[in-house]
Amino acid sequence: MAIAAMQGFAGLSFFSVLLLMALGLAIIFGQMRVINMAHGEFMVIGAYTTYMLSVQASAMAPWASEYYILLAIPAAFLTAFIAGMVIEVVMIRHLYHRPLDTLLATWGLALIMQQGFRTFFGAREVSPSTPSWLEGSWRPTDMIDIPLNGMAIMLLTLLVTLGVVWLMYRSRWGLRVRATMASRDMSMAVGINTRWVDRLTFALGCGLAGIAGAAFTMISSTGPTSGTLYIVDTFLVVVFGGAGSITGTVVSAFLIAQGQSILEFFLGSSMAKVTTLLVIIGILMLRPEGLFKSKVRR
Amino acid sequence: MTDIKIPFTRRKLLKMMLAAPVAASGVLGTSTAFGKPATSVINTTGLAVTDDTVKCGILHSLTGTMAISETGSVEAETLAIEQINAMGGILGRKIEIILEDGASDWPTFAERARKLLRQDNVASIMGCWTSASRKAVLPVLERQNGLLYYPTFYEGLEQSPNVIYTGQEATQQILASLDWLWNEKGIRTFYLVGSDYIWPRTSMKIARIHIEQVLGGQVVGEDYAPLGHTSFGSLINRIRLRRPDAIFAAVVGGSNVAFFRQLNSAGLNGKTQTLLSLATTEDEVLGIGGENVEGFFSSMKYFQSLDNENNIAFVKAFKERWGDDSVIGDVTQAAYLGPWLWKEACERAGSFDVAKVTAASPGIQLTTAPEGFVEVHPNHHLWSKTRIGERRRDGQADVVWESDLIEPNPFPEGYQ
Repeated sequence: MAIAAMQGFAGLSFFSVLLLMALGLAIIFGQMRVINMAHGEFMVIGAYTTYMLSVQASAMAPWASEYYILLAIPAAFLTAFIAGMVIEVVMIRHLYHRPLDTLLATWGLALIMQQGFRTFFGAREVSPSTPSWLEGSWRPTDMIDIPLNGMAIMLLTLLVTLGVVWLMYRSRWGLRVRATMASRDMSMAVGINTRWVDRLTFALGCGLAGIAGAAFTMISSTGPTSGTLYIVDTFLVVVFGGAGSITGTVVSAFLIAQGQSILEFFLGSSMAKVTTLLVIIGILMLRPEGLFKSKVRR
Repeated sequence: MTDIKIPFTRRKLLKMMLAAPVAASGVLGTSTAFGKPATSVINTTGLAVTDDTVKCGILHSLTGTMAISETGSVEAETLAIEQINAMGGILGRKIEIILEDGASDWPTFAERARKLLRQDNVASIMGCWTSASRKAVLPVLERQNGLLYYPTFYEGLEQSPNVIYTGQEATQQILASLDWLWNEKGIRTFYLVGSDYIWPRTSMKIARIHIEQVLGGQVVGEDYAPLGHTSFGSLINRIRLRRPDAIFAAVVGGSNVAFFRQLNSAGLNGKTQTLLSLATTEDEVLGIGGENVEGFFSSMKYFQSLDNENNIAFVKAFKERWGDDSVIGDVTQAAYLGPWLWKEACERAGSFDVAKVTAASPGIQLTTAPEGFVEVHPNHHLWSKTRIGERRRDGQADVVWESDLIEPNPFPEGYQ
């Protein structure tokens, strides 16, 4: 019973990790149709931002090392947001009509960014110090241990998801984004500055990746090539859920996470991964557009 | 070494060639008049040896998931080579390092090894970390007749004429630590966890046979996670379900960080759970964070905290070279032995030729090793002690137990 509860939590915690990773890409790939292979590297930007703040905090103000993480999340968002905007201006905007070239270009960008991290931060993997209030576990009964950092990530994912949904579906700006993606010409005709919509949307997606990176570095570690570990899972979630649908992304993250963590419990990690991938491939063969079809005519 | 450079004229070469048969039959050895042996004598197989230098390759993962572990080896090998060069080099030749990145990718290791041996003609390679990378490099070494000094503790079941293994093989590390858990800690049930590749799998196979057939204990679970895996929630729940007396772990690289952090946040820590790891050296603990491994045990032949003269000097030199913050793990120390063992062997053989160097290697004794006395066994492994360290919060270890010198036995009967 206690194991079942903890296993349920392990699934939920993996779900929030996957969802947090995928949200940014759901916007960039799902809404804008840009295949951003450098998405993982934007997460790493967020992770390194957190690490730098952690180092700075413990060096300059030891008391702050307990709370720096609260500052690190917005900082990670901002750094990745700005980096994303720069990349959009320099590179992505020239490639909107050439999706396959985007794939190559962003892959090259990923390699450049990895080498940049390596040069600047070194090859060794780093991890920021965990504030003591995020260490350890909450024990509702003697048998159950619920990891605190897992709960923190779930809370963060919840907030970010609500924020994204509000922004995309309840705000004027989201309306403009969706209008632009549905019909660019018509949006321009009614006076929407689609240049800026593109720019901000891409940057927002990158900023979300930065938040994800800040969160992961708390549960695992960060190296120059960590981004490549995440990119496959991230695309998997977005494609499986059906590009263009935030609901799809949420549902698909939930299914993949629960499926994989239950299988892991019974089969072990390697077999669980294989089985999950096989099932996803099977489902995608039957439903090539993913779980939730986009209702927009193209 | 003499600093006076004497140009190597054709006449001198001729004289030497005439002198060679005389030298071989006489007491002159291979030394020439100006204090160091002639290149043509010490290098008959086309290696990159000149009158002043000899090339040596360093082949490790500078990037990717293994970089966290392999960086220390690169630093130790570089330090050893610099120290040897400061003493005059090997056979009067300064060692020139050629650094290659295996990028945590096994085919890349093989390709880089081929480049080192065929293009650079290096006289030896210090390198590899995971067994998978060594297995990938092995056919290249044997075909090109290269020489590899391999620093990592590994699963055994291998003895190549082209490799000197400076780390422990499985039985040295595993059997002693299982016996210790059994006798000193009263552990009766074990849960085996590892990363999913050759070393953890073979090690756990040996561990299982020893636990079940020799000790008479019970293995209540055995699990492997892919390299680079970061969500261990389900695996940890499996462990909790079986309630083992001890977790016997061989998780490597970046996964280690996620594994120990998540163990800790699931309430399994040094106070509530006995855990002995085969793969967490001081290097890994730096990334994991001491607070997550405090009270857990490591089985190694070397810990940075060892209190002997050699080690104190070594730690001091290492920190001077690579910074005060650097830490030294088991493999880093074993990597440091590589260049020194190579130097001894070359000087014994009076040659850089791989066949002669490997023939001269067995029986070499190093009294200057930071881990204490080591000796090269005819099977190309080292006699060494196994130690159990209990991790402190600062990431260092208190050595709680030490074995006698253990004979390397890469092909243990009954364990295969």
